[in-house]
Amino acid sequence: MSYRIPGRGRIDRAQPIRFTFDGHDVEGFRGDTVASALLAQGNHLMGRSFKYHRPRGPVAAGSEEPNALIGTRRGKGQFEPNTRATMQELRKGLETTSQNKYPSLKFDVGAVNDAAYMLFSAGFYYKTFMWPRNFWHKVYEPFIRAAAGLGVSPTEEDPDVYASRNMHCDVLIVGAGPSGLAAARQAAGKGLKVVLVDEHSEAGGTLLSEPQAKIDGVAAWDWLSSTLAELEAAGVKVMTRTTAIGYYHENFIGMVERLTDHLDEVPQDTPRERMWRVRAKQVVLAQGALEKPLVFHGNDRPGVMLAGSAQTFLNRFGVLVGKRPVVLTSHDSAWYAAFDLAGAGAQVQAIVDTRAEVRADLLDQAKALNIPVKLSHTATATSGRLRVSSLRVNKVSGSTVSAGSEIKCDAVLMSGGWTPSLHLFSHTKGKLAWDDDLTTFLPSDTPEDCVIAGAGRGLWGIEAALADGAAQAQAALDALGQAGDAASYAVDEDRPGTGVMHKELPTDKQPGRAKAFVDYQNDVTAKDLRLAVKEGMRSIEHVKRYTTNGMATDQGKMSNINGLNIAADALGKKQPQVGLTTFRPPYTPTTFGAFAGYHRGSHFEVTRKTQIDAWAEENGAVYEPVGQWRRARYFPKSGEDMDAAVKRECAATRSSVGIFDASTLGKIEVVGPDAAEFVNRMYTNPFLKLAPGKCRYGLLCGDDGFIRDDGVIGRISDDRFHVTTTTGGAARVLNMMEDYLQTEWPDLDVWLTSVTEQWSTIALNGPNAAKLLQPLVPDLVLTEENFPHMSCAEVDVAGIPARLWRVSFTGEIGFEVNVPAPLGRQLWETLWEAGQQYDICAYGTETMHVLRAEKGYIIVGQDTDGTVTPFDAGMGWAVGKKKADFVGMRGMARPDLVAKGRRQLVGLLTEDGSKLEEGAQIVLDPNQPIPMKMVGFVTSSYDQGTVGQPIALALVEGGQDRMGETVYIPMPDRTIAAKIVSTIFVDPENNRLKIGAAA
Amino acid sequence: MLLIHCPHCEETLPEAEFAYAGQAHIVRPADPMSQTDEQWEEFLFIRENAKGAHYERWRHLHGCGRFFNAVRDTVSDRFLTTYPSGTPRPDLSTLTEGKA
Ligand SMILES: [Zn+2]
Repeated sequence: MSYRIPGRGRIDRAQPIRFTFDGHDVEGFRGDTVASALLAQGNHLMGRSFKYHRPRGPVAAGSEEPNALIGTRRGKGQFEPNTRATMQELRKGLETTSQNKYPSLKFDVGAVNDAAYMLFSAGFYYKTFMWPRNFWHKVYEPFIRAAAGLGVSPTEEDPDVYASRNMHCDVLIVGAGPSGLAAARQAAGKGLKVVLVDEHSEAGGTLLSEPQAKIDGVAAWDWLSSTLAELEAAGVKVMTRTTAIGYYHENFIGMVERLTDHLDEVPQDTPRERMWRVRAKQVVLAQGALEKPLVFHGNDRPGVMLAGSAQTFLNRFGVLVGKRPVVLTSHDSAWYAAFDLAGAGAQVQAIVDTRAEVRADLLDQAKALNIPVKLSHTATATSGRLRVSSLRVNKVSGSTVSAGSEIKCDAVLMSGGWTPSLHLFSHTKGKLAWDDDLTTFLPSDTPEDCVIAGAGRGLWGIEAALADGAAQAQAALDALGQAGDAASYAVDEDRPGTGVMHKELPTDKQPGRAKAFVDYQNDVTAKDLRLAVKEGMRSIEHVKRYTTNGMATDQGKMSNINGLNIAADALGKKQPQVGLTTFRPPYTPTTFGAFAGYHRGSHFEVTRKTQIDAWAEENGAVYEPVGQWRRARYFPKSGEDMDAAVKRECAATRSSVGIFDASTLGKIEVVGPDAAEFVNRMYTNPFLKLAPGKCRYGLLCGDDGFIRDDGVIGRISDDRFHVTTTTGGAARVLNMMEDYLQTEWPDLDVWLTSVTEQWSTIALNGPNAAKLLQPLVPDLVLTEENFPHMSCAEVDVAGIPARLWRVSFTGEIGFEVNVPAPLGRQLWETLWEAGQQYDICAYGTETMHVLRAEKGYIIVGQDTDGTVTPFDAGMGWAVGKKKADFVGMRGMARPDLVAKGRRQLVGLLTEDGSKLEEGAQIVLDPNQPIPMKMVGFVTSSYDQGTVGQPIALALVEGGQDRMGETVYIPMPDRTIAAKIVSTIFVDPENNRLKIGAAA
Repeated sequence: MLLIHCPHCEETLPEAEFAYAGQAHIVRPADPMSQTDEQWEEFLFIRENAKGAHYERWRHLHGCGRFFNAVRDTVSDRFLTTYPSGTPRPDLSTLTEGKA
């Protein structure tokens, strides 16, 4: 049976389109939405509700739709849940599915929730599942998990491309209804960049639903097309299928343009959606108003929908939502919906109005169309299983509700009045003012350069909307220095109207048993809201969270004001005293793809790679991320796991020579006449007397006295220092240095330059390191006497100009060769070849960690956590005692930082030879009652090293005074005893650092 | 996204180019070791929590790299002015809302 009315609507009957709904073929036309095409088949049932699994159909015709949420599938990986059937345009081959049903839409076992609804009342998350406690894991949580969520998440990676673009304009107009169109006309032709956007597939807004109106003598749709042509000719950018999702600081508006979801064939490489980041000098919000449902028992049955939406389905899509509808209203606007449907052949069963008095012309027209009218009536129930079949109405006199009578029907068209759409206005931190006459909030002040026009500020009727659109746009133009007069409009067949607002409608039944829905999407009823107030919720924010009213993906577009009216009534307060919950972006649900844009996959974040990275990849490296860098973690030979590889790499380095890519170390060049003074002030160690050609370990603290970073600093010449930082700390350290240099010591003549990417740094460590390197450095004798530990030189290495450092992060003889970055791999391969006679071993970060821990060298951020002083770390030797000042010096003298019992870095050896967990907590007495007093934790722990047993570093209260004591590490399965030892496990005398001493 | 005027570049640019750097006009004492514990605590930790005009530091991190000072209204999130580090606090009464 078709509900399509010949001659009505804007669909293209020459273009039939087939799609599927739950596997069944359905035919609609170009211009249809999924909702209008299904309604044209007489199908209102489109889904089940979230909590009670009640059958539901569309209530609205636009993006505010809470019920008709469907899954849409356009191809492999192109599945989207919770698409509004009222917004999804038909395209060939579109697959759609209903949601929240099992096993089928028409028969659903989850609907048992509906019968058990007393369990699901307000706050059910907090109450129902609290007791008995042991039910939580086995019963409640699985149940909640199964029931949670709206629709089904996609399981495949989204293959679509999403784009983003910036736009700057003079005037942005949001909403292309009568107000927005009039605003655009007002702004057009003045040499300004004007942009008009609308979320629907075509511009027009209300005009699409009111073809009867005549604007300046021209029929609405003719006026619309000539206006759009005129705007185009004037250079106005009109963007349809574009939703302004959020209004951010300083007139920055996010807009999502849907580019391909409506196309039968998607051109290759066309993005699915485009995020527009718009900076507008002036914004005109012309978003209109949203119709409110009436709150009564059974107001969610399929076939019960907003009257204005029924009018839209008829006039825009040529679909009669019911052949025998009944209209239930408290506002004049629904009378016109009744007249329109009657004019299209519907047998309107009755117009039921809650008001005692209604305008005479409306009564006359109803009479002329033979529509029965019932004034001073309420609705108290609907019936019908999967579709409404009757409405029960009762006469109301004063507070008395008389016995009900049933009106047979196939649709109920309701209207509880209209709510200005203030979402974007609220994003601006715009203030709202309560209007008692309209029983709604209206926009007041906003800090942004923004005006709001038309129904968005409570004006009703096309003529008022046009006039206000022009006037408000002119106000925006005035602010841009474009004075002028606002255009005026005359509209015939206009439909201005008024109405009254209700909380839930009065009933003769027990209100506590009514299923009178306020928030359809989250299944929140009037009773839930009253219960929340009864149970002590006072703020609307608490009521919202306790009941979840307005928290669904429609953000309460239809439920907020009804919810407020009911909560205010229950609290005995006026609505503005109760307040409105906050509207937050996005205006409508937005795909993650649109937010991510191009930033996905490898474009999500850069992966920094050294010049030697490719060699590591060719040689089987396993990587780990360190900040943005990917670093070779270890180089497994065939059959090796990480432990075996690291053990081999450690042994090879200590016994002969290892080669390590240290290029990721942060590097800052500090240059200028005051360079030494600057470095001396920044680092704890003394640097003024460091001679050129020498290196020194530097410890960087904050002015609070805690360790921030460390690294070796080489003095290249009197006025030039090569400062190294930790891999992850480079940017932070440079920022900190710039801060002190620019704002505390602007008198110092110093330049700071990040040179991390300018150098490739290769470390050679091991007893054979000098032997390997010497033949490649003919100009420098690498002996203990001539080039001792902590020397640096500018010298050719393998014919490449280099900064050669004699430093060690392993305790072995060590060199770091810095060469211009692009020559890094060439040098690496030269060293690799030269090292073959010494069985040179490439090692990764894991071996580096083990070898340094064996020497007690800290890693900032692993062995320190921002509350560790140099003294806590056992590095008092690095603090210049004779310095007058350095960053952190005064901080270290703070009372708490010199107090006894601070956590200090120590070594740990377990008594049973097992390896400790990093992060494990340490106690002194394992037999004390729980909660135990924790005295520290393990910071580093390894068992692949060369010590012969696992080692660990730990921060322990008063640790340096506890040498030799046993502490305990309670683990889930046992308690481990460990002895506190020195942090230096290998070669405490540093003999191995000396060339010639070890071999 | 806020728009911020860099007093060095003399351009008004999006917030993403800048980094916040804490309260302004806190001077590191010339001789920290002469400071009492209370004075050092004040320098390190004690900060305004202004409702309204707040003197604060920003760095044009992805631009000229310079630190500068700003007065921002913490209620409206509008910058009242920006000015180079080391120059005196501007007089609040001369600042008009919305001008950067
Ligand atoms: Zn700048």
